Amino acid sequence: MSESSPKNAPSRRQFLTGAAAAGAGAVAGGAAGATGPDPLITEVQDWARATGDGVDATPYGLPIQYESDVVRRNVEWLTADTISSINFTPIHALDGTITPQGCAFERHHSGAIELRKQDYRLMINGLVDQPLVFTYEDLERFPRENRIYFCECAANTGMEWAGSQLNGAQFTHGMIHNMEYSGVPLRTLLEEAGVQAQGKWVYVEGADASSNGRSIPLEKAMDDVLVAFKANGEALRKEHGYPVRLVVPGWEGNMWVKWLRRVEVMEGPVESREETSKYTDTLADGTSRKWTWVMDAKSVVTSPSPQAPITHGPGPLVITGLAWSGRGAITGVDVSVDGGKTWMPARLAAPGTDKALTRFYLDYDWDGSEMLLQSRARDGSGYVQPSKAQLREVRGENSIYHNNCIQTWWVKANGEAENVEVS
Amino acid sequence: MSKCPEFLTAAALASALVAGPALANVFGLGRPALPEEIAAWDLDVSPDGTGLPAGSGSVEDGEMLFAEACSICHGDFAEGVDNWPKLAGGEGTLADKDPLKTVGSYWPYLSTAWDYVHRSMPFGDAQTLSADDTYAIVAYILYSNDLVEDNFVLSNENFLSVEMPNADGFILDDREQTEAHFWTDAPCMENCKDSVEITMRAMVLDVTPDEGDAAAEPAPVQDVKAEPAPAPEQTAALDPELVAKGEKTFKKCKACHQVGNGAKNKTGPTLNGIVGAAAGQVHGFKYSKVMKAAAEDGLIWDETELTAFLAKPKGYMKGTRMSFAGLKKDADIEAVIAYLKSFPE
Repeated sequence: MSESSPKNAPSRRQFLTGAAAAGAGAVAGGAAGATGPDPLITEVQDWARATGDGVDATPYGLPIQYESDVVRRNVEWLTADTISSINFTPIHALDGTITPQGCAFERHHSGAIELRKQDYRLMINGLVDQPLVFTYEDLERFPRENRIYFCECAANTGMEWAGSQLNGAQFTHGMIHNMEYSGVPLRTLLEEAGVQAQGKWVYVEGADASSNGRSIPLEKAMDDVLVAFKANGEALRKEHGYPVRLVVPGWEGNMWVKWLRRVEVMEGPVESREETSKYTDTLADGTSRKWTWVMDAKSVVTSPSPQAPITHGPGPLVITGLAWSGRGAITGVDVSVDGGKTWMPARLAAPGTDKALTRFYLDYDWDGSEMLLQSRARDGSGYVQPSKAQLREVRGENSIYHNNCIQTWWVKANGEAENVEVS
Repeated sequence: MSKCPEFLTAAALASALVAGPALANVFGLGRPALPEEIAAWDLDVSPDGTGLPAGSGSVEDGEMLFAEACSICHGDFAEGVDNWPKLAGGEGTLADKDPLKTVGSYWPYLSTAWDYVHRSMPFGDAQTLSADDTYAIVAYILYSNDLVEDNFVLSNENFLSVEMPNADGFILDDREQTEAHFWTDAPCMENCKDSVEITMRAMVLDVTPDEGDAAAEPAPVQDVKAEPAPAPEQTAALDPELVAKGEKTFKKCKACHQVGNGAKNKTGPTLNGIVGAAAGQVHGFKYSKVMKAAAEDGLIWDETELTAFLAKPKGYMKGTRMSFAGLKKDADIEAVIAYLKSFPE
């Protein structure tokens, strides 16, 4: 630990610098408490005199340089190698519900491969009347749907089972993204091949070296699973499975096979590496749950949070966060500022939709005292997001996946926040 | 899609009349998959052995293969190196704090190990193991877990006779029963607790990555652009086609070695500027004893030495930690060296 202490210093410094800058702004530029004219207003600024970039400067735009800290981050000690690893969406710095592809978390098991549309083939085989091969162009000729869904890695918040560990919403809850997908229902492709009566499962696999094969019950495959080729209106990014990935709404992200190359209709599950040795949940007595596909209702306050401290002092404060459920739509989110003694209903930015992120706000008059900030989601099935104690009571502390506990941020009087656990 | 169900129903009726079971060819898109194509891709193996090809492999052969192809990450005895998966040990630890989950202690089906090794390993060189090699490696993993004797030979014939210790260790998702109390339509809103105390703090553990680091690093997009751009004089000297070919061949090396801007030591050292450089000099990399000795003797990685090394690393330098078997084709070696030259520093 002695080595990592200094490591923390820069982010602390960053915070203090940020706070100092905001403080200076409050003195020099605050509309109400202005001590003198604001030079940003009284003096002609460069950007108001000279000209900016032409339309040919950025054929495909990236965020402006001032947003360069809003990026995916990884936690080096989590995995042996970045080729088989995960990074985290900067949810603390985003608003709304749609995750831009460029900062949406990545998880690969053998690296993000580059597969051209021309080289893409999708095979449907197994217990079907006619095994088929589709090209990318073929897929574009089937009737298409547009749907918004969240994709959450089953391991999201997994490092927090035994106690508070990572100090930031990006790291505790950032294995999630939410995109609008355009694609063809898997059902349509299966019907094109003709599923035989003995078929009860599909085995789906990717074209990359890991293949990441998973077994999915036929019932789900014929329900809402999409074979997607666009996200947020544009082609999938390579790190998200370009040119084609599977979308398995509400179910753990590992099943959303990228670079999808084959769907085999089978009588039983394959019991692949990803559904036996991984993505199973070991309980306190050493037995393990398998086939825990659904992601339960969950929420987190994204701001204020450790990476998004309060820099403006007491007064109006926007408390905001995200909520989602793999069992349907979010029906409500409650927020507590006292560690769960009392709860206030938050305002949903829009009514919750099926298996998609919902943004919530609590417009709060902060008195400047410290808070133990929590959020608690409810979904259409009547499920209420549990506390970590409630989860541990059933599951013990040896689980890795499916930690959907209520998160606590300890917001101090100076606006700084820390990931804590409370009684 | 609203029209589809009607259409499908009509098609179903029609095909039912002709006694065909299928709704097949509703849109008439795609083409029939050929038997050779299905054979090439349909490799999965199920717990009952469905999908296993004929073949066999011994623990003895497996030990050699494992040392060559797997031990760099998984250790000579499948005990795991650094954060790479441990494949052996952990028996009886599943109910402990921090259980050790390995093929022996956790995996319920042997088919899973065979399927995964055959389809996705070795890391960075997947789908290169023959069926017999795979049987041998899986036999060695079983041996490492004390599940078979050292004279054991695994084959498709005796595959199902191997008993996996944790075969009965799994239950189906029971959240809707054991966690039924999480479904409550009226959650507590007031006076939900008597007192609230902070019981644990993330700052105490202090394992959060520093944000300054990530922000300071160039965005990945820029990285990609920067990488293939060699210095101008290099472009003149190097055949771009050969460099491009070398880049492809280098994929075999990429699991362990990085080149280009921001390259870091991985399982192997970074290779920027390696052609013509003194051996064993990459800062911060732990070399094998033999490599250190060669460095002291003044080994320079000129093209002749590199060519000999890449053809058969363990033959060239007995005891090197580089487990790669070697590049068989001279043309591949030449191309990789050209590619490496395109990263002069």
